[in-house]
Amino acid sequence: MKNVHEALMVGRNSEGKLVSRPLSPHLQVYKPQMSSMTSIFHRATGCALGLGTLILTYWLVAAAAGDHAFAVAQAIITSWLGLLVLFGFTVALFYHFCNGIRHLAWDAGKGFELPEMHRNGNIVLVATAVLTVLFWVLGFVVWLA
Amino acid sequence: MSNLDNNAGPSVHMMRSQLGRARGLGSAKIGVQHWWAQRVTAVALLPLSLYFVLSVIRLEGHSRAQMAEFIGRPWNTVLYLCLIAALFYHLALGVQVVIEDYVHKDSTRIASLLAVKGACFFCALACAVSVLKLAF
Repeated sequence: MKNVHEALMVGRNSEGKLVSRPLSPHLQVYKPQMSSMTSIFHRATGCALGLGTLILTYWLVAAAAGDHAFAVAQAIITSWLGLLVLFGFTVALFYHFCNGIRHLAWDAGKGFELPEMHRNGNIVLVATAVLTVLFWVLGFVVWLA
Repeated sequence: MSNLDNNAGPSVHMMRSQLGRARGLGSAKIGVQHWWAQRVTAVALLPLSLYFVLSVIRLEGHSRAQMAEFIGRPWNTVLYLCLIAALFYHLALGVQVVIEDYVHKDSTRIASLLAVKGACFFCALACAVSVLKLAF
């Protein structure tokens, strides 16, 4: 090997022979747990929201561009496919929002105990569902009003 | 690891000593700024994203003129601009970490980091200009 990063994964055993250092097993070996799954979802929803900002950009640019462009954008967004994407967007947003608060609490050194971590992980899941339903109910009420 | 397949074990062909390899590793002394900016924008986004969600419900079914009238109110213009700044900064920092974790080849990593940061900057500017154009 000639790469420095690879060379750092090499060490000597007790006989002085060069050996590759052991790697930890990959993801599929582990049982899904509250800690790992909420962390993975946080990253996944973050990436999904990143793609969602393209919709936000399109919406704002279309509104600034003119009546026709805005009408097209509204038609796309309020189509069934558009609403489905928007629904996924709200789930990702509210999950990332709630779990983000959890991460900020951890940054402040709070909530590391396992029972507490399981409890607030469940709270995040329930809160995500509640906020998503609330948003869409409110959305439909305003729509019909 | 194919290096373990034969009895010879891995072999290192490098014109650098072990000490030379170890030197210069560790903190690059710029990580705290990234970490802190990620948290500051996260805290800023808590109220801003709630405001955004409510403003979307408020704007539902409205015409372009009504939307321009809403966004044109000074507080709304400012809040939308704050949202855009915090959102795209937070996004660029977050995606940077994801890329650095999963893309190991130097050339691909640097290219994707530049592409993502460029895209974030471009979209942020497009959003900000659109909000200002709607407002004025």
